[in-house]
Amino acid sequence: MKHSFLDKYSDRDSLVHRLDPRTKLVAVFLFILAVALTSPAMWPGFAVYFVIIAALVLLSHVPVRYVLKRSLVIIPFVVLIAVFIPFFKEGEVAGSYNIWLWQVSVTHNGLQVFWNVLAKAWLSILALVTLTATTKITDLLRGLEQLRLPRVMVMILSFMYRYIFVLTDEVMRMKQARDSRNFGSGRRLWQIKTVGSMTGTLFIRSYERGERVYAAMLARGYDGQTRTPDGPGFRAADMVFGLGFGAAVVLTCIFSFLYQVI
Amino acid sequence: MDEVIRIENLSYAYPDGQPALSGIDLAVSRGESVALIGPNGAGKSTLLLHLNGILHTDGRVRVFGQPVGEENLKEVRRRIGLVFQNPDDQLFSATVFDDVAFGPINLGYSGEDVRRAVADALEMVGMSGYGTRSSHHLSLGEKKRSAIATILSMSPEVIVLDEPTSNLDPRGKWRLIQLLKKLPATRIIATHDLELVAELCGRVIVLDEPTSNLDPRGSGG
Repeated sequence: MKHSFLDKYSDRDSLVHRLDPRTKLVAVFLFILAVALTSPAMWPGFAVYFVIIAALVLLSHVPVRYVLKRSLVIIPFVVLIAVFIPFFKEGEVAGSYNIWLWQVSVTHNGLQVFWNVLAKAWLSILALVTLTATTKITDLLRGLEQLRLPRVMVMILSFMYRYIFVLTDEVMRMKQARDSRNFGSGRRLWQIKTVGSMTGTLFIRSYERGERVYAAMLARGYDGQTRTPDGPGFRAADMVFGLGFGAAVVLTCIFSFLYQVI
Repeated sequence: MDEVIRIENLSYAYPDGQPALSGIDLAVSRGESVALIGPNGAGKSTLLLHLNGILHTDGRVRVFGQPVGEENLKEVRRRIGLVFQNPDDQLFSATVFDDVAFGPINLGYSGEDVRRAVADALEMVGMSGYGTRSSHHLSLGEKKRSAIATILSMSPEVIVLDEPTSNLDPRGKWRLIQLLKKLPATRIIATHDLELVAELCGRVIVLDEPTSNLDPRGSGG
């Protein structure tokens, strides 16, 4: 079966695409750190972050619609976590409501934190989407490895990338086989049981596949140690981008901090 | 004759106690092309897993005159390349290049040698230029040929294949047979495909229920 590529626009060519994956990884990490450290009250700071990331998206020739759509995925999760903050944060009350027996009140402070959590999460996810949209997954993995992420973790990520489609196919085939036998007309409890045993089957199949993959690795001389050939090096463009981007992000963070202190 | 593999009285039972192989005798000489046929569950794949020591052999399998054991596993696995039936098991890396390079890297080749070995292997199976592709976007025929390349990159002397033509359409199958014909190595092929056997193999071993064994040369031939 055909699947869409996870890194759909990564084979395009642009300034951002040509950067070394390591540069991009460090830049994204720095960006998220700066965003997280910026005080909630500093709206101009967030505006600057947004402009920076928007400029990168435009530079990268990745369709803006695609980036926006992908970035929205995170919103439900964040809302679910953050939705209670306005009610529990103490401070000046913005509104008070009676819900049956409870009286709940929303504070200004709480609302600010709520919007801020949303904004920070969204900016961070924008950066990540831009990163994955402009970098091939394999390059990303190599970058992580060159940045000294433990090799075992890189391998786990690479196996995940390799087998997620194989597993999706397997689930699809199982569903087709199930539906071909008129699944959905039986009793509810029985249906749930069927789904449960399908999940179990999938687990066992994956486990057995793991054994076979390991055998295939052994057959090619794998001895528990992992080695990699060396990749291409750093270029001047990486240096320039890294310094420029780093300076912009760090300065924004520092200025918003100073502004608040003064 | 130059003997590459000799198996004497090999038995194996699955972890649950069910016998899979019993009393297998088999000898393969250099340059031979041997087919291993038999019904499902006869133990073909299990037998193949003994050839390069993935399943323990207690010295009953001798390769190039040496019993297979812990100390020579690496050497044995370089000289005997095992291609698994399902290419999705064989191709576990993010790109075709990484997969074909996996063996040479494990053997400790230098960066330049790895690249050359990969290029040669891909060329041999007609997959040059596929190095940067992800395996899950290949067709089954391409996957099978890549899987063979992952073994060829280690320049093995014996190539062991488990059902290389299963699930392929006739054109893909014949293409694969032509490819296998060209390979400069001793071949051991487990298969149900008698056309492949007729085309490629000089000798046929029939493996039936775990009690029988029909290689007349195995015991002292």
